[in-house]
Amino acid sequence: MELICPAGTPASLRTAVDAGADAIYCGFRNETNARNFPGLNFSPEELTEGVQYAHFRGAKVLVAINTFPRAGALELWHKAVDDAVAAGADALILCDIGLMAYAAEHYPGTRLHVSVQAAAANPDAICFYVERFNAKRVVLPRVLSIPEIAAITRASACEVEVFVFGGLCVMAEGRCSLSSYATGLSPNMNGVCSPASHVSYENAGGTVVSRLGDFTINKFGSGEPAAYPTLCKGRFQTEVSTGYIFEDPVSLDAATLLPGLRDAGVTALKIEGRQRSRAYIENVVRSFREALSAMEQGRAVPAGMLLAMSEGQSNTLGAYRKTWR
Amino acid sequence: MSLSLLQLKYKLDGCIYSSREDAIMTLSNTPATALPPLVSLALRPLPLYPFQLFLSAVLRRIVQQHPRMFERLGSYAGKRYGLAPSDLPFAFVLDTAPQAARLTVVRSLPLRLDARISGPLQILLGMVNGSYDGDALFFSRAIVVEGDMEAVLALRNAVDDAGVDVLQEGASLLGPPGRFCEALLREYFGGEQKKGLSSVSRRQGETSWN
Repeated sequence: MELICPAGTPASLRTAVDAGADAIYCGFRNETNARNFPGLNFSPEELTEGVQYAHFRGAKVLVAINTFPRAGALELWHKAVDDAVAAGADALILCDIGLMAYAAEHYPGTRLHVSVQAAAANPDAICFYVERFNAKRVVLPRVLSIPEIAAITRASACEVEVFVFGGLCVMAEGRCSLSSYATGLSPNMNGVCSPASHVSYENAGGTVVSRLGDFTINKFGSGEPAAYPTLCKGRFQTEVSTGYIFEDPVSLDAATLLPGLRDAGVTALKIEGRQRSRAYIENVVRSFREALSAMEQGRAVPAGMLLAMSEGQSNTLGAYRKTWR
Repeated sequence: MSLSLLQLKYKLDGCIYSSREDAIMTLSNTPATALPPLVSLALRPLPLYPFQLFLSAVLRRIVQQHPRMFERLGSYAGKRYGLAPSDLPFAFVLDTAPQAARLTVVRSLPLRLDARISGPLQILLGMVNGSYDGDALFFSRAIVVEGDMEAVLALRNAVDDAGVDVLQEGASLLGPPGRFCEALLREYFGGEQKKGLSSVSRRQGETSWN
């Protein structure tokens, strides 16, 4: 299985390549990708340099153009496709069918991947992208169990990529409106979930109160691990109880499920975290490279190696086991 | 073993670190350490002016050697950041104005800042040179961030991409005494400030595309 690793900066890309990534995914410094954060991402020139660095060392570069174009502003998304192809990208990760049509028509030789933002979660949906746009791979949403993934790989005429580590969207990606509801900005249209412009932390006496827009998302006591202020992982008071309504603030870590994912026919394993640092990328990529080696040699894959890198310093198997449903 | 710097390591506790100290690890999997309180006490009466001259020279060198760092700040260039090492008796104000960046040492941070970041010196230096992940430090409560979070993210990402080794930059300005101090600090911090990521081979014979 290929190891697909994130990069938010040129230095991160080089770190991921050196740490053993088979492919690196990244995006441009604008709203065309779902990690449109301050100080992050690539200029066309930086992408060209990054592709050269990766190719020289035997790694591939995939460019995520995975937000939905705004009416009247298609040029920005078309230019992103043009620039990625010109930079020598090995594949484009797209979610919008209009943009897929543009890429398939103008660059028929360029490999297309269906982004997780497209929320293609069944064989019929995947088949549409394969037949209509010649998509070669689909990145599955993080709402499927391993048997469901196996059923999809059996029925699909393209490769399947799944997330194995990092921030965990518990909603159907590309369709979640929680961030929009709280801030007016969303990963789907603006490339930002719970944008930093609307985040605040109040520190008092060892307690941290996190807010997103007008919403208080959480209150962390002294010494309690903290988390991002996203609505889906907030701690709320309801008539029934006080606690995490949708999901705890945890990160996905499917290292122990690698054999099951391999047996399910998965082609590629994706690590989330383009917004994270070189230290995160170095640690996580190296850890999963070692986990893959252990699996190939028939050794047990070590568990919980990356707790310090995880949101809330806790991990979950998420929907792969579906114990939360 | 005779008294060594490693034996003098002061384990972090109290309000900054949680009881889960083992979660705050560096890339080399060694626990983070704070400077001993004695160091802070010894530094407290020292005048700031000579230190300020040195800091200004260090920042000039960094700006010269890492021009892309300020480009990456984009529209956030011009923001003012307060950097407060919790184990030192002074703090720093970083003004990122284009063409006029300044790093000022102060006894305490002023009120008018766009953002504040505080934590032990080792951790702040480690974030700058890429040894630590800022988000993981936030999750573990090893650092405290306040103010304009967009400005914090922009600075964090720009600095992480540049990979500035502040200790090395400072030491290079001071010649042999500087290199001695650099070696002393690196030994105290346990070696994780040394960068040296070795390459890992990808599997050969993976499926070719297209």
